[in-house]
Amino acid sequence: MDLFVGQLFTGLSTGSILLLAALGLSLTFGQMGVINMAHGEFIMAGCYTAYVTQQVVGDAGVSLLIALPIGFLVGGAMGLVLESLLLRRLYHRPLDTLLVTFGVGLVLQQVARDVFGAPAVNVTVPEPLRGGVDLLGTTVPKTRLFIMALAVVAVAAVTLVLRFTPAGRRIRAVVGNRDLAETAGVSSRRVDAGTFFIGSGLAGVAGVALTLIGSTSPTTGQSYLVDAFLVVVAGGMGRIKGAVVAAVALGTFQAVFETYSTASLAKVGVFVVIVVFLQLRPQGLFTLRTRSLA
Amino acid sequence: MKFFSTRAGTWTGFAAAALVLFGLAPLVLSGFRLGLLAQFLCYAIVAVGIGLAWGRGGMLTLGQGVFFGMGAYLMAMHLKMADAEFRGGPGAVPDFMELAGIRELPGYWVPFTSPVFTIAAILLLPTGFAVLLGFAVFKRRVKGAYFAILSQALAGAFAILLIGQQTLGGFNGLSRFRYFFGFNLADPVNQQMLYFIAAGALLVVMAVALQLRRSRYGELLVAVRDGEERVRFLGYDAANIKVVAYAAAALFASIAGAIFVPVVGIISPASIGIIPSIMFILGVAIGGRASLAGPVIGALAVAWAQTALSEQFPSAWTYAQGLLFIAVIALLPGGIASVGALARRLPSKPTAVEAAA
Amino acid sequence: MPLRPKLEARDIARTLAATAAITGLIATAACGSRAGEETVAAESCVDTSGDTVKVGALNSLSGTMSISETTVRDAIYLAVAEINAAGGVQGKEIEIVAEDGASEPTVFAEKAEKLIREDCVAAVFGGWTSASRKAMLPVFEDNDSLLYYPVQYEGLEASPNIFYTGATTNQQIIPALDYLAETGVESLYLVGSDYVFPRTANAIINAYAADHGIEVLGEDYAQLGSVEFSTIVNQVSASGADAVFNTLNGDSNVAFFREYANVGLTPEEMPVMSVSIAEEEVGGIGIENIEGQLAAWNYYQTVESPENAAFVEAFKTEYGDERVTSDPMEAAYNSVYLWAATVEKAGSFAVADIQANADGVSFASPEGTVVINGDNHHVAKTARIGEIRSDGLLYTVWESDGPIEPDPFLEGYDWAAELTVTE
Repeated sequence: MDLFVGQLFTGLSTGSILLLAALGLSLTFGQMGVINMAHGEFIMAGCYTAYVTQQVVGDAGVSLLIALPIGFLVGGAMGLVLESLLLRRLYHRPLDTLLVTFGVGLVLQQVARDVFGAPAVNVTVPEPLRGGVDLLGTTVPKTRLFIMALAVVAVAAVTLVLRFTPAGRRIRAVVGNRDLAETAGVSSRRVDAGTFFIGSGLAGVAGVALTLIGSTSPTTGQSYLVDAFLVVVAGGMGRIKGAVVAAVALGTFQAVFETYSTASLAKVGVFVVIVVFLQLRPQGLFTLRTRSLA
Repeated sequence: MKFFSTRAGTWTGFAAAALVLFGLAPLVLSGFRLGLLAQFLCYAIVAVGIGLAWGRGGMLTLGQGVFFGMGAYLMAMHLKMADAEFRGGPGAVPDFMELAGIRELPGYWVPFTSPVFTIAAILLLPTGFAVLLGFAVFKRRVKGAYFAILSQALAGAFAILLIGQQTLGGFNGLSRFRYFFGFNLADPVNQQMLYFIAAGALLVVMAVALQLRRSRYGELLVAVRDGEERVRFLGYDAANIKVVAYAAAALFASIAGAIFVPVVGIISPASIGIIPSIMFILGVAIGGRASLAGPVIGALAVAWAQTALSEQFPSAWTYAQGLLFIAVIALLPGGIASVGALARRLPSKPTAVEAAA
Repeated sequence: MPLRPKLEARDIARTLAATAAITGLIATAACGSRAGEETVAAESCVDTSGDTVKVGALNSLSGTMSISETTVRDAIYLAVAEINAAGGVQGKEIEIVAEDGASEPTVFAEKAEKLIREDCVAAVFGGWTSASRKAMLPVFEDNDSLLYYPVQYEGLEASPNIFYTGATTNQQIIPALDYLAETGVESLYLVGSDYVFPRTANAIINAYAADHGIEVLGEDYAQLGSVEFSTIVNQVSASGADAVFNTLNGDSNVAFFREYANVGLTPEEMPVMSVSIAEEEVGGIGIENIEGQLAAWNYYQTVESPENAAFVEAFKTEYGDERVTSDPMEAAYNSVYLWAATVEKAGSFAVADIQANADGVSFASPEGTVVINGDNHHVAKTARIGEIRSDGLLYTVWESDGPIEPDPFLEGYDWAAELTVTE
């Protein structure tokens, strides 16, 4: 019974980690059709932001709170540079963006290796987040509760921005129909840059948060990337709602499957489920009705 | 460039390639370098398939490691069985199983005692799997980025699955092959024979790819790449067209894997996962995805550069790899093959290549 | 309307003709010896007539394994520099030919062959993963050359062309189990990465446990590189085992120990015995998450001996004060000295002479005296259980009575008889 409650929670927790990693991807992929393989390296940049901040600030708790917004800016800035230097040339060639950003990811990994060294570095977990809370007879790590809360905040923030701000309205207009939005006077170029900034910034935030539970090394981003893409594919292009549902579903599935089998078989299981699922809904969980013929 | 697209030019090209591969290379290269070239030729065979599926068909196959791995493991199983039989008589288990404490030969290994079965499996199994997967995916019109990500996840899942299979050597994979269809692999003469097989296979695969490109089917494939909906409106089933190219690419990769095993002497999950699968793409992109010779030259050049550069500058090689991806894809989508055209200020059919993206 | 990809008959005929022509070409290539016939191994091209002798250093400088393997390379360079400063081997200066294994078994095989056949090295030092060693083994056997492999591994191997200077299972895993049994552990939970070493180690642990009345409450494998340990830690916690035996590798350890500490499991309550965590790895995991946990190795930086003091000092002088020394580094350092000592004893660089003279060659190493066993080419080593303390170093809390003779096939253990079929 304890284990069951624990696993239920694990599913939610894994889901929220996936969601944090995938949220930014869902924005950039859905909005612009850019398959950003360097997203994982943006997450890694967030991890190292947390590390550097902690080295400078000292106090683990304060540095975590400072690192979250800094991580957003670092990730966002990297995204802006990538978008303006490379991706801008590649719209309408989504598969090429995949390969170019893979190259960017390789370079960023090697930069991290040369700057911070290949071994993992340690980001200390702040005192208030150490240990666990007893919940329904099972011990739940506080770090995971924090990440779940952060995921909820991030989703709420993105939803609010998209729904209620003028910038959000422009983003939705471009997603719906790029040409029509341009005709109506929306500068799709600026909207693209803005979206990419937010999406990459979310990767940075995710990176900062993930230092609480995982390692910080040059290859950190890789471990989240493929799963994050699966979430986006299963959830449907550009749908925040889809990403949320898909992340939680995949997380729970993985956690449950793992209990009865091994962790590595669970990974294979996830893949099979997604292929079968795409048979039923080729466009993902929630399809976006666009007015474009694609 | 124009010359090579004429019939006479094609034959000249093939003849020149054959002359270099069969005549020149064995003369000037040491046994070790020739073995290395044989390994690179295997990558080139994979590249021909990717050129067909991606360059002509617009399907970015990020999971070729799966088919490469299938061919390689199927061949490796036969070589291990032949070896076990030679040492311990019929029914003996391969050496790595003995060490892992497996006494009973798993049932699915038994048929691989037969060379005929093995070769049939290498040709049919990956192709059949590609056809099934292709139908499942393309019929539902999963395409573009979705297809790329799915095929990539497939490579990841396949590698994980293999790591868990102790009866297939797990993480270590299969290695230590002594005999290849009765020939002793330690003999330099036989190693040279393997090189000739690799070179021959490459030329055959290129010839098949050429025929596919020049046939009516090749026209349709490009049409699907450039405007899938329009082909559909004309009454063709685009899924069928794509499946053929996808299956051909899978077959080529499988053949390459099967030759790779005796040449290199090991196959393990490390050679077939997500990263190796993307690396197959690099050579194709650099050489020129849409041309026939481009992917081959690109794959050979990348493999050679990796060996040469990584010896002196291991960290620089990673940078070089990344920058090559960025530079070639962003600035020169036609690859090396388009350089000549650019130099002569001829339009290098940018629309076709960009639409392939 | 279904598609009929129409190939003209003419085209097909032409393709077939080309195929036939090429197949013919292949057939004309002469075929070599058949199975079972002895082939003469390629003649060794090692040239020792000059003032120098070449050896190969083959480690991963790029890819996932570069984290660990670059440290091994540093130790190899240090040993070579020391030997050269002391007059070299047989009066000849050792010259290193360095290669990058790139964390890929196929590259290891390729580079090993290059070192032997193109660079004509007398011996090669390196390799880390079992996959890389398994890939290199045929190369060294077919070319009749020598590999010195410096990492603890899963045993069950003995090649005349490889010297194993790290621990085999009876010098690391079995002592660790002995120690746990001594401290009253009656139940275990096994956690490992999904590859060969953990699976073999756990097979041995299960056999040992069955024989010694220890209950194994669970056995879990995580994909290599996995960072999601919530489920596994939940299961470990729910099992209530007396101790955990951890064979995880690399970054997975970070995630595992963080999760472990966060659900409130402590070393007092449920200690974790690790076999892949050395001085190098502790920093990345974070001391607060791992302090008080146990590890099993043959060497720690804190081992007290004049040889180790000299080794640690030389290493820090060469590579910087912040660097630490660890077991695989020390084993790599030893391997160079053991090779040099064997050459001196044999009076020759030839492989056959080294093989014939290897038995009993010893070296007063930082971990204590190590001796080569001529039968299985492993070395006798002292086993040590270490505890991780707040300064990030490991301190010996238990050690075996002197060096343990290597037994890679566990032939001296009755309970292990069912595990393997020896060759």
